[in-house]
Order: sequence, then C-alpha cells, then structure tokens
Amino acid sequence: MISISQQTWLQPWIKLARGERPAQQLRSLSRTLVVPLAGIAAFLLLWAVAAGQINTSLGAFPGPQDVWQQGGALLDEHAAERREETAFYERQRERNEQRQAQDPSYQPRLFPYTGSSTYIDQILTSLVTVTAGFVLASLLAIPLGIVIGLSNTLYRAFNPVIQLLKPVSPLAWLPLVTMVVSAVYVSQDPAVPKAFITSMITVMLCCLWPTVINTAVGVASVDGDLTNVSRVLRLGWLTHVRTIVLPSAIPMMFAGLRTSLGIAWMVLIAAEMLAQSPGLGKFVWDQFQNGSSDSLSRIMVAVITIGVIGFLLDRLMLTLQGLVSWDKSADLR
Amino acid sequence: MSNYLDISKISIDFPTPEGPFRALDQLSLRIRKGEFVSLIGHSGCGKSTVLNILAGLLRATEGGVALEGKEVNEPGPDRAVVFQNHSLLPWLSAFENVQLAVRQVFRDTMSKAEMRDWIERNLRLVHMEHAMHKRPHELSGGMKQRVGIARALAMRPKVLLMDEPFGALDALTRAHMQDSLMEIQRDLNNTVVMITHDVDEAVLLSDRIVMMTNGPAATIGEVLDINLPRPRNRVTLAEDSGYNHLRQQVLSFLYEKQRKVVEIPREPTGNTVEENANRNVETNHTATGLVSRSGRRA
Repeated sequence: MISISQQTWLQPWIKLARGERPAQQLRSLSRTLVVPLAGIAAFLLLWAVAAGQINTSLGAFPGPQDVWQQGGALLDEHAAERREETAFYERQRERNEQRQAQDPSYQPRLFPYTGSSTYIDQILTSLVTVTAGFVLASLLAIPLGIVIGLSNTLYRAFNPVIQLLKPVSPLAWLPLVTMVVSAVYVSQDPAVPKAFITSMITVMLCCLWPTVINTAVGVASVDGDLTNVSRVLRLGWLTHVRTIVLPSAIPMMFAGLRTSLGIAWMVLIAAEMLAQSPGLGKFVWDQFQNGSSDSLSRIMVAVITIGVIGFLLDRLMLTLQGLVSWDKSADLR
Repeated sequence: MSNYLDISKISIDFPTPEGPFRALDQLSLRIRKGEFVSLIGHSGCGKSTVLNILAGLLRATEGGVALEGKEVNEPGPDRAVVFQNHSLLPWLSAFENVQLAVRQVFRDTMSKAEMRDWIERNLRLVHMEHAMHKRPHELSGGMKQRVGIARALAMRPKVLLMDEPFGALDALTRAHMQDSLMEIQRDLNNTVVMITHDVDEAVLLSDRIVMMTNGPAATIGEVLDINLPRPRNRVTLAEDSGYNHLRQQVLSFLYEKQRKVVEIPREPTGNTVEENANRNVETNHTATGLVSRSGRRA
C-alpha cells in the first residue's frame, strides 16, 4: 500500500522503526527529507526577507511568522465557534427539558445554529464543491472520450468544438452559468444553494476537456494487434471496450483526470470569489474586502492551504491510478 | 478434402495518392485438411497480406477465399491467428488471456468447469501450466508466444494462421518452440498456414512450402513438397541429404531467382490499408527496380 500510494518518503521511517540497517536508513532519510526541507527553509527565508521590503496600505506584506500566527488564530476561531455551537444546542436541550417537565404536552423544538462559517467550514465546502464538479465532469468526459476515440469521424467532428471550448476561462462562463442556474433552478426550498450549483457547473465546464481529450487519444491509440485479436475473437462492442479499450486507455485517462482535477481546483477558487458562493475563494475575497491588518496574513494562509490541498488532491489521483492501473511497474509521477 | 481451404486468384490493391498499388496478384492455392503449409519469401513480398486475407482482417480486391466451401469475408475464431508479437492483453494473466478466447467461442456449449479444464489443457499443451496465473510482463518472449499459441489452439480453429510466430525469439528458444509445435501438430493434426523468413524452420515443420515472388504484384513462385518422414528430428536431419536438398532448393529460390537489391525498413503488416499504401509509395520512389522492405517492428 505504501509503495502504491507513492509515499516512498515514509519507507525509511518504517524501516528505521523496525531497526533494519539504521545507518542506511539515515542516509536515505537525509536524501529524502533533509534536502527537501532545506529547500523549504530557503524559501521561507527568502519570503521573510522579501516580505519585510513590501509595504501595502494594510501594513507590511506578511512574513511566514504572521501567517503562522493567523493560521493558529483561524483554528482557534474554529474551535471557539464549535464550542459556541455545542453550548447553543446544550442550552436549547436544557430549556426544552425544563419546559417538558413543566408541561408534558410541549413539543420540543430545536433551532439550528446559525453562527458564521469558520475557515475549516469554508475548506470543507470548497472540497465538496470541487468533488461534485469533478465527478460530474468525469461522468460526462470519460464516456464521451471513449465514444469519440473509437470513431475517427466523431473525433474529427468533436475536436474543433473541444479545442475551442478548452481554453475558455471560468470567469467567462460564470455569468452565463449564474443566469442559467437562476432561470432553471427555481425552487422555494432549494435542497442545495444556487451558488453551489453555479460553482459546480462552472468547475465542470472547465475541467471537462482534458479528460475528454486524453481519454479519446488513449482509446484511439490502442495497439492495432490487440484490435485484431478482438476482431478475430469477434468480441462484442461492450466486451471490446471493457476488455481491450479501457485497460489500454487507463494511463492516458488518468493523466487527463489529474489535469482535470488540478484545473477544477484552480477554477473553483476563482468561481467562489466571483459567485460569492461559500468556500475558500469567498474567504479570500471577504478578507480582501475586510481590509484589516490581519487580512493579508489570512489570505496567505488561504494561499498555502489551497496549495497543500491541490497537492494532496493530485496525490490522491496518483494513488487511485496506481490502484486501478494494470501496469504496477509503471513509474507514476 | 482436397480443397479444404481454397484461395482462388486473390489480388489486392492498396490505394495510394498515385492510384491503386497492386500488392498481390492472382494468387491461388489449395490447402488440404491437416496440412502444414509455410509461406516463405522476402520481407515485403506480401506474405502477411495473404495471411491477413485468410484471417479476414483484410479483404481481397479480386478473387476470394473459401474455407470448407464457405466464403471468408470477416475475421472469426475458426481462423485463429498467432501474431508475431504475441498480442496478449498485458492486463490479463496467461489463463485469462486464453479464457477470453474460450469464453467467446464456447460460451454456449461449455459449462464453467469445462471451460476451465479446456483452458488448462491448452496451457498444458504448450507447457505453460506452471505460469498460468502470471501476466505477460512476467513471462519471457518464448513463454508469451506459447500462451499466444495456446490461445489460438483453444479456439479449436479450422485453420491455424501463424504470422512469423517465432520471428522475434532467439535461436535456441525458437528451436524449442518449433519442437513444441511439431509435438502439438502430431497430436492435433491442425491445418496450419505459417509465415516465415526462416528456411530451416520452413523445411523442418512443413508439408509444403509456398515460395512467393517479390512484390509489387507478388504471387506464388514455386511450391515445394516436403516429403520427409515424421517425426522429424532437427539433429538427425542436419545430415540428411534429402533435407539438405530441399533446403538448398528454397535457398536457391530466395537468393538466386528472387534476389533483392534494396532493403527499406519495416514491412507492411496489413493492419491498416493506409499504412501499407504509404510504405508502398516509398517503395515506388526508390530508384532501383528490385526493392524490398525488411525488418518488422521490434
């Protein structure tokens, strides 16, 4: 599992813990850990020095220390908010119990807590939105890619449209999507907020294309000999796709999916900013509008969070690819 | 039974920008049931094209092929193909590769247990029972080709088509594979059409060797009956005058009557018409009259 998830940096630690040739493990550690850490340290130093030189109307550009502080503050706020929430429900419960004790016919009511959403809540909302948009895009893109890849004619027909739509910025789609969602998604009591639908569809529109193109190319480049095997065996269309086309296309398909997920995450932040749908993008925008002395540091916290999550999402796809791919010896990076 | 597989006057034209290019011209051949026929010729003479037409992967422009009186016009498991580069699905184990074929051919006539027995029997036949559950990348070249043969045999084909089955193997492995194939042939007595470059292989394995002229417009040059008694043993045959005479006849056809002058890499595999056409154009542009394309994809 460890090798599958590409977490090679963990291996020396495990071996060290088992007591396998400690000297070698330490050397391996210094290679896999010390060098990257030195890189990060150099970056932090550069950042700290550069930050001190830049003065904005909201004070000096935040250095690593300020950002670290604000990160802690955001977590504290989250914890405080959660305490508040529990206390709120606790108070309600007590009050209800009291009233029921006085009057057994009383139907207890529970009011939902309506505190402001914290930084962690925003991250979770963003993750849900990006997942929804990405899954929706994949569900459309993979079948479309397969169909296009199998037919030269269809490929030629779709390719210009795809190439045309591919470079369109999310910001161009957003107003259109917003208007269409407002017009189509009309409900007195919406199960999911409109802003969520808008961001999700924008994400989907932008991250569809890499998967479509890569899947199509992967499908089209199936080894001719394997296609001949399929013809000699007279495999049915579905069996042909399932046993021959899909497995050969998986590496390309995943290359597309990874690119798509990366784009989805980038697009989401922009969409949330502009659509004012809750999430990390809105957090950044709100901080910018807020303009307090902490704002820039908080935005930097968001920047780093976005980066870390983007990286983790990519690793997740890589792990998934390792699990699905038939070629376990392939060097995934 | 004299014309089990009847190839009558097949010609094939590949379209090129300069008009159709005739790769094969009026080739006729009758193959008996249980006969082992080798097609030999220089690279690019259209041997693979003939095989692809027999398999139904390509269609002849003129003429046609009949198997047991029925016209061949599409690929099918009754004409199983052993491809040169094994063509196993890399994501399936040896067993599963054979299973794919067996399921497809016998899904209405065999139970699950019967299928498993049949798959295992065929893998045993090619001596691959020890590595049944390995994936192709864990197998050597010879082992992969054995599985490829097992897959073809498991379809219980009327004709077994082999496209340079041992061409990509080293000499020792090739000899082993040839012996295995002779052993299997002794037991099953399949009708086999095999393409080869290798004169020794052709003489050792065949009942008849069909020697093809060089393209364009390739056709049959000579047909040689190999009346050597079976079982044949490569070591004793090496000193057999009959064997050496036959061998010499094939060599003389190939290197005196059909000598090639220019060699252009790659030979059409008949996979795509366009590919062939492009390569044929290259040939036409070559200044020399006698040209050839040799060497296949590695």
